[in-house]
This record gives sequence, C-alpha cells and structure tokens, in this order.
Amino acid sequence: MKKLLISTTALVVLAGAASAQDKVLNVLDWGGAYGESHKVAYNAPFEEKTGIKITVTDADNPATPIKAMVEAGNVTADVASVEYADAVRLCDEGALEQIDPAILAAGPGGEAAKDDFIEGAVTECFVATDVYSMVLAYDDTKFADAKPATPADFFDTAKFPGKRTMRKGAKFNLELALMADGVPAAEVYQVLGTPEGVDRAFKKLDSIKKDVIWWEAGAQPPQLLADGEVTMAYAFNGRIFNAAVGEGKPFKIIWDGQIYEMEGWVVPKGAPNKDNAMQYIAFTTEPPQLAKAAEQISYGPPRKSAAGLVGNIAGKDQPMGPHLPTDPANLSKGLSSNLDFWVDHDGELSERFNAWLAG
Amino acid sequence: MAALDPHAAVVAGASGAAPDVTAAPLTTADGRPLARALARSQARARRRAFLLVLPLLAFVIITFVIPIGQMLHRSMYNDGFAAHMPQVSAWFHENPPGTQPDETAFAALAADLKTAADDRTIGIVGTRINYDVPGTRSLFTSTGRKAKSGFQPPYQAALVEADPKWGDPQLWRAMRNASTAYTSNFYLAALDRTRDDQGKVVMAPERQQVYVMLFKRTLLLSLLITFTTFLLGFPIAHLLATLPARKSNLLMILVLLPFWTSLLVRTTAWMVLLQQQGVINDILVWLGIIDSNGRLQMIYNQMGTIIAMTHILLPFMILPLYSVMRTINPSYVRAARSLGATSWTAFRRVYFPLTLPGLGAGALLVFILAVGYYITPALVGGSTGQLISNMIAMHMTETLNWSMAAALAAILLGAVLVLYWIYDRLVGIDNLKLG
Repeated sequence: MKKLLISTTALVVLAGAASAQDKVLNVLDWGGAYGESHKVAYNAPFEEKTGIKITVTDADNPATPIKAMVEAGNVTADVASVEYADAVRLCDEGALEQIDPAILAAGPGGEAAKDDFIEGAVTECFVATDVYSMVLAYDDTKFADAKPATPADFFDTAKFPGKRTMRKGAKFNLELALMADGVPAAEVYQVLGTPEGVDRAFKKLDSIKKDVIWWEAGAQPPQLLADGEVTMAYAFNGRIFNAAVGEGKPFKIIWDGQIYEMEGWVVPKGAPNKDNAMQYIAFTTEPPQLAKAAEQISYGPPRKSAAGLVGNIAGKDQPMGPHLPTDPANLSKGLSSNLDFWVDHDGELSERFNAWLAG
Repeated sequence: MAALDPHAAVVAGASGAAPDVTAAPLTTADGRPLARALARSQARARRRAFLLVLPLLAFVIITFVIPIGQMLHRSMYNDGFAAHMPQVSAWFHENPPGTQPDETAFAALAADLKTAADDRTIGIVGTRINYDVPGTRSLFTSTGRKAKSGFQPPYQAALVEADPKWGDPQLWRAMRNASTAYTSNFYLAALDRTRDDQGKVVMAPERQQVYVMLFKRTLLLSLLITFTTFLLGFPIAHLLATLPARKSNLLMILVLLPFWTSLLVRTTAWMVLLQQQGVINDILVWLGIIDSNGRLQMIYNQMGTIIAMTHILLPFMILPLYSVMRTINPSYVRAARSLGATSWTAFRRVYFPLTLPGLGAGALLVFILAVGYYITPALVGGSTGQLISNMIAMHMTETLNWSMAAALAAILLGAVLVLYWIYDRLVGIDNLKLG
C-alpha cells in the first residue's frame, strides 16, 4: 500500500514536472474517425517537426468543456476543434484567445492566407480546418427504378416509400423543409426569418412526421440505413461516406440541398501553452496538411490551394475529390449554413421544434 | 449516605458535616469538576468520530452539496447583462418602470455597448437578452462592432439609425428585466410561462409549450416503469429466495450479469431486438403472425423507452426484494395455510405485507433513477419517449443556456423531494430495507 502511495505520488510529481515544461500541447478533439484524421494528418507530423508532445482529449462537443473551463478559471486545453457557430458564440463571449491571421502560411502564389481560405474561414478567434455538410442519402437497393435526387423526393413517401431518419433538432431540418417546398437555396434564410416562413417549414415537416426516426448521435443514421429501418437519411456526409466507401454499404449521397458548415481550431482564453497552440494552428492549416486530412475523412479543405492537393482516399485507389462537400459540383448545389440566423433563433426555434415533436 | 456514594472518595471538601451533594460539585482525582471532565472526554470521542466521517462529509459537500447549490443559484441568477452593462443598468435603477428611455439612457447604452464590444463581452450580453427577446443577439453583436468606432450624440438617433430595433419598447423591457442579476424568468419559462407587456405572468404561446407536458410525462412514465419492474421482479425475487442455493446462485448471476454490462450495450441490444427489421419482428413475420408490411413499431417511441428502461432498472427492484424475502420465515405461510387460509389469502395477508420493506426500497430506487434517466430515452425514445432530462441535456450541451437547464433541474429536484415526502408519510422511510 505504502509502495503504491509512493509510486502514485512520484507519478503525480512527474506529471506536474512534465506539464511545467513548455514542450507540450493539449488538444481537445471530437474523437472517432474525425479525431483519427487529425492524428494522422496533423499530430504525428507536428510532433515530429517540433518535438512538442501532444495530448488529445476527446469530447462529445469540445465547445461545452471550453465554456465550463473558462468560467471556472481552470483552462487545461490549449487548442480545440469546434463548430463554426460555437466558435463565433464563444468568441463574442470573450472565452477565446484572438488568433493573428499573420501566423497562417501564405498561399502558393504568395497571397495572404486570408485570401487563400474560403470566405469566413478565418475570423478573430477561429481558423477553419474543414467543411462538413448535412446531406441526403439513400439505400440504393431499396429503389430499383427511379432514384431520389432532390430534397422534395425526401419528403415524397408515396414515390419513395420507407421511413426517413433526421437529426433531432430544428437546425438543418427547417432549411431542408423549405428547400423541399420549393424555396431556392439563396432565399432560405430570408424566408425562415419570417413567422410565415417558419410555419411553412413546420407544415412541410408535418407531412413526413409519422415516417421519421430521429437520430441524435452521428453514428445512428448509417446504422439505421444498414439495418433497413429507414430507406433515406439526412446525415453528416462523413458518416455516410465511411459506411459507403469504407464498409462497402450500398448508400448513395444526394448533394442537391446539402447544407455545409465549417469546423476549425480555437484557443480557449488562458490556455496554458498558448504559443504552442498558435504554432500548431499555423502548421495544421498549411495546404498539404489540410489536403492530407481530407484524404482520411470526406470533409473538404477550407483553402482553395489545398483542394488540388487532395489525392486518393486513404488506402484506396479512388480520388477523394468528388466525395467532398467543397467539390465545385457539390458546392454549387448547396446552402451555406447561416450562423447569425442560428445564434439569434436557436433557442426559440429549438423550443418550438421540441414542442412540435412532442405534440 | 456519603459512604454509599462511589464517588465519595473524590468529592472535594467532603467533610463529615452534612455534605450537600447538589451544591458541592463532583470532581475527578486531579480536582477538575466531574461533569466538565466527562463532557470533555465525550467531546474528544465525538471529535474522533467526526474525524472519521470527515473525509466522507468533505466529499459529499464538495461533490454534491456545493454543485447543487451552484445549480440552484444559477437557475435564478444570470448577471450576463447587469455585470457588463453597468451604466444602462444604473439608469434602470434610477428610473421607475414605465419611464420612456431618454437621451441619458441611450448615452449610457452607447457607452456600455462600446465597452462590452472592446472587452469582447458583448456576446454574453446579447445571449442574455436573446433568452427573453429571440433574435436580438445579433443586434447586440452587430451594434457592438459599430460602437467600437464610437457613436456621436445625439445617441438616441444614432442607435436607432444603426438599427431601428433599439427603439423597440419590448427590448427595453427585457433589458430592464435583465438589469438585476436575480430573475425568476428561467423558472417561468421552465413552466411554459412568460411575462406579457405589463409584466404579468401569462402562458407562453401554445406552440412553444413543452416543459409542463414533459414533466408530467416523466413522472407518469417513471411510475409506470416502477410498476412494471415490480410486476416482473416480484416473482423472480421470490424464486431466487426460495430455490435451493445452487439453482438460486445461477439465477442470481443471470440477474446480475446484465447489471454489470454497459448501459449503452444493453440499450443497443434492445434496438437490435425491437426495431422494425429486428429480431422480434422477423420472428413474428416468420411465424406468420404479422405480415411483412405490418411490422410492429416497438422502438423510437414511448414503448421503446418503457421496455428498455424497465429492463435496465429491473435489478434495482429485484435485489432489495430478494434480500427481504430471504429473511421471511416460510413457516408463517405454512401456519396461515394450516389455519385454513387459501394460498391467495396467505399471500395477501401474510407473505406480501412482509415483503413491503423491500418493495418500498426497490420502488423508491427505481422511481428516482427513472426520473433522471436520459441516455436510454435519447436513443430509443424517438419523439414521444423523450423525458425532461433530455431537455436539460439539450440546454446544457446545445443551446448552452445553463440557467434554463438549472431551472428545469431544480423543478425536477423539487418534484422528487415532494414525492419523497409523500412517500415517507405513506410508507415511512424507516420501514425501507435496501439489502
């Protein structure tokens, strides 16, 4: 017992000594296939290049622990991967360090990094690492003749029978409903900004309410498709891609009506190894690293110059390009998620959605 | 008299002349008053006992009492506006409700907006007001960006020109409301209520009412689940208690094995079994009981929640029942039978009442656990099987409205305490036997 006590104390002291060195970096990440892509494309080469030891902690949504850490004044993470909306929200609340865009690597033609990134990908506190999207997907074996191709088909259970699965929440679903109801992508948020528009979206959702199984965890929709519980899903593109390409499931993605959003790095306010974090952000958002990450998982690189560098799917002989939300052909059919709209209306519409769902 | 007193030897000043026992204090050998010495030694023993429980006490206070206290505090305290908009908050305190915002108010607002934008706290302010007036968060952040370069007087005109919403009386009411950090608004919202233009409490718009219904559903489903665990658990517990040791040990392992399995694994197993393309439906179709188009929907609805939670909580009912049933002397029932009772009467009048302490404990455990369950309903509950805990989780992790989550949790805690009190009056907590 005494021995155990001594060795634990020694370990604690060692751990304390290790964190006192400045050759460490604590990364807060999402885990899963996404975290794995960061490990391969970012963490391993970064450790090799700089000798900084990376410790990764996984969270369901890293934005939640950041808020808790900053409020409690006990920040242990140096850099975190969060969704764009959360980054803006946390930034406005003063929970994040500012990131100087000058640290980012310049584009191949020497242009400023900000011009090489897609619009909105670099903000005061946030640098994007990838673009993911919500896409419609279906089980190819379930529709022998006509294949669904548009958001309207998703809502047409007569023509394309079977249950659907959608994310349990207002975000994405209301936009999809309006697009299915004939609202052009460019006008979706304008319409949704009016009470009539919200009513219209809910009315459209009403039409398939009884046929929907609601998912909460990203792993559920491919599972529901694979089990034959549903014939069509509205899900994160990376999850469908993994099931289709990685596991050979007969799933097809409909890019028409995709809603894309960015994810990227933020530095919590008071991060213990802030300089290392900035170095890490600069390194990982260089085009080759972004391209390499995109080969691991089908989330698009947010730099224009990185798009051309994306090669084959890791371990396969097919190009990754067409599977990315940022592929020009896919991007043109999509809708960019409107952040301002959702930070303003999230509470209100979530409440209405929950009431609608329960009623 | 003095000779009979065992303490006589140490009684100070015990002269032979009529010792007054009540007046002269008893002392110990070293001359201290006995009562005080006794109290001191008892205090020492108490201190030692207290030191023994101190680690647990500290643990409970740090991990339980303080967090719950903080949660309760947060449910009625949100200084997001008051702390970061001091000047306009001061204006609200100086002027009674109903005062039209004048130039001084707008000047204070403009100054506060600039400070908050510079300190990057404007998002906190906007979020706070957004709870009461949806759609205003971006009003604060966008005006804050403009405020960085500074507004010129007259401020009222400048701000209304920046965004006409600044003239909205509803916004000013919400700001006045938020200018004190303590508020009952989160509790009102958690009960589907809101304040109207005059500040009176009214029901929220019908299409946003959800919480009261979910509280009712949570309590009803928890009661139902408690009842089904009793129906299923009682015979098993009886079997366990009466079978010979070897067989009952085997059965006990069957009861405990799922108890040791991860909650998520068990929930997922129910998905495999219950879904429309799942094992049970497949068997029913194969047997020809239902046809393939009429597959039963047994999951992603309330039924899924009830089935999965009943299974998961079953051991909490069986174990206390079993421990009580094992101690019931079988000769009681035999005596009842020999005195002419039917087996039903013997069960009803003799056996069942003896199991009540275990049943009471099991029911309390299952009910309280069920009220707070959220992973299982989230995964198998679909839309109709959601409980209030799922809303609390949503506000904690998605909308990040922790005050709302705290208010919902506090109401749930209050409801459970009230039920516990009723339960105590009906059953008596002293009669419970947990194992």
